[in-house]
Amino acid sequence: MSEIQQLYQQLILEHNRNPKNFKEIEHADCKLEGYNPLCGDQITIFLKLENDVISDIGFQGKGCAISKASASIMTTMLKGKTKAEAAEIFNKFHKMVTDGTIGENVGKLEVLAGVHKFPSRVKCAILAWHTTMKALDEIKAEDGKR
Amino acid sequence: MMNFDVEKIRAQFPMFAGKDKPLIYLDNAATTQKPQSVIDAVTKYYSEYSANVHRGIYAISEKATHEYESARTRIAKFIGADFEKSIVFTRGATEAINLVAYAWARHNLNPGDEILITEMEHHSNIIPWQLAARDTGATLRYIPIDETGTLVESEKYINPKTKLFAITQQSNVFGTTNPVKELTEIAHSFGAKVLVDAAQAMPHLMVDVVDLDCDFLAISGHKMLAPTGVGALFAKQEILEEMEPFLGGGEMIEQVTMETATWSEIPQKFEAGTPNIAQAIGFGAAVDFINQIGIEKIKDYEGEMTRYAIAKLSEISGMQIYGDLFCRGPVISFNVSGVHSHDLAQLLDMENIAIRAGHHCAQPIMRKLDVPATARASFYLYNTKAEVDALCEAIEKAKWFLATD
Repeated sequence: MSEIQQLYQQLILEHNRNPKNFKEIEHADCKLEGYNPLCGDQITIFLKLENDVISDIGFQGKGCAISKASASIMTTMLKGKTKAEAAEIFNKFHKMVTDGTIGENVGKLEVLAGVHKFPSRVKCAILAWHTTMKALDEIKAEDGKR
Repeated sequence: MMNFDVEKIRAQFPMFAGKDKPLIYLDNAATTQKPQSVIDAVTKYYSEYSANVHRGIYAISEKATHEYESARTRIAKFIGADFEKSIVFTRGATEAINLVAYAWARHNLNPGDEILITEMEHHSNIIPWQLAARDTGATLRYIPIDETGTLVESEKYINPKTKLFAITQQSNVFGTTNPVKELTEIAHSFGAKVLVDAAQAMPHLMVDVVDLDCDFLAISGHKMLAPTGVGALFAKQEILEEMEPFLGGGEMIEQVTMETATWSEIPQKFEAGTPNIAQAIGFGAAVDFINQIGIEKIKDYEGEMTRYAIAKLSEISGMQIYGDLFCRGPVISFNVSGVHSHDLAQLLDMENIAIRAGHHCAQPIMRKLDVPATARASFYLYNTKAEVDALCEAIEKAKWFLATD
């Protein structure tokens, strides 16, 4: 496979065309906007938590195929996970798209491994994740206040 | 004057030579490729007379000073300035604008005064004024643009409170060429000073500071074949004489005591520290290169290619071109429905075609158009219609790849 085919794998193109969980969630516990100043892309993450478990997650926004597919795959992977599990998946993902290391049990995230060969696209792939991690942190902070 | 022979011109650019798949470089609004003569001028300085300027009492320093000052003179002549000391070398157009924002605006603006710019400015002609307004209490106002990238009712926004009017001569997104001469006249009638950002215009059309009558002109070297790291500020002599220094250091002083100092004559007053000598000399060589062809010929050639490109791109289904289709410089911003500009740029790169994708350092324009980003193809004197054809083919291929239809 050429580098460009590794970047735009079939699964990525499919998620770009028909993204999963591309939806607003009413009464979300947290709604957070993320922004990529490099390209102007914008994403909004919606999160619902039940006893520390992500019970629903959705996203909206404008972005390239990589950012959209990454967000779409992320939502399918994080639903049903605890915050700690989500953070662990994020760390694996982060490592994979920055240095190409494919960790254990990354599952279908592996289709995004090709991104590490395109440094200018890492920010596209990671935008939804950073926003989600920040959203989880905010929920945590609010929990602390209660 | 020689005829416009694009193949002969291309042959002078090493970046286009001897490749299996030649580079199709369509990001000239970002920076341009360099001809051999510019590269040689830089190399020659470093290999034959590398020395500081305005200091050494020895031959190579005198030679360096001579070449550096000769570049200044040629740049002055290129923009019709009758006094070469009204050219201050800077790191680029951004620094030229900041120089005015710090050394002029902060000493001349007061609360209640207005700085007027336009909605089509590059961030480099927005942020320095936001900061100057913040520091002086002046108000920053914008002349709006419509969806074709044209200024709307500019005259309405110029008033007696306007102390500085800063405007781009050509938009880096729409390619719009603004009527800067007419607007300068109006601004002057209210006593305002006028800064023209010529970074995008000067590579492509004749800029004459006497005709424009602008007070300041910000110039970029690397967008007109010169090395990066060099640009210039033109300012009227009397304004430069009165202005406070910008950066302090060596070169810009006359007498220094422990407590105070007096300033050098212009333009050295504004050139603290060792300048980008090689780059400035390279800038002189770039001006020579353009003069040998003739800026009017370049403008005509690019105009024809831009019209051709707009016609060809318009044939692509789902294509949206931003700005006025008929009257513009060689810059085309566009989007293809269903294809994000980032993906497009990435896929075109596989065909060795370089375009820009993003917000082009003009986020207010993107908000106006209600798009996160656009693709942008921008031409220069070495581009060809065959390259435009290749661009269109590659866009069709990208659409197919992402299966948008």
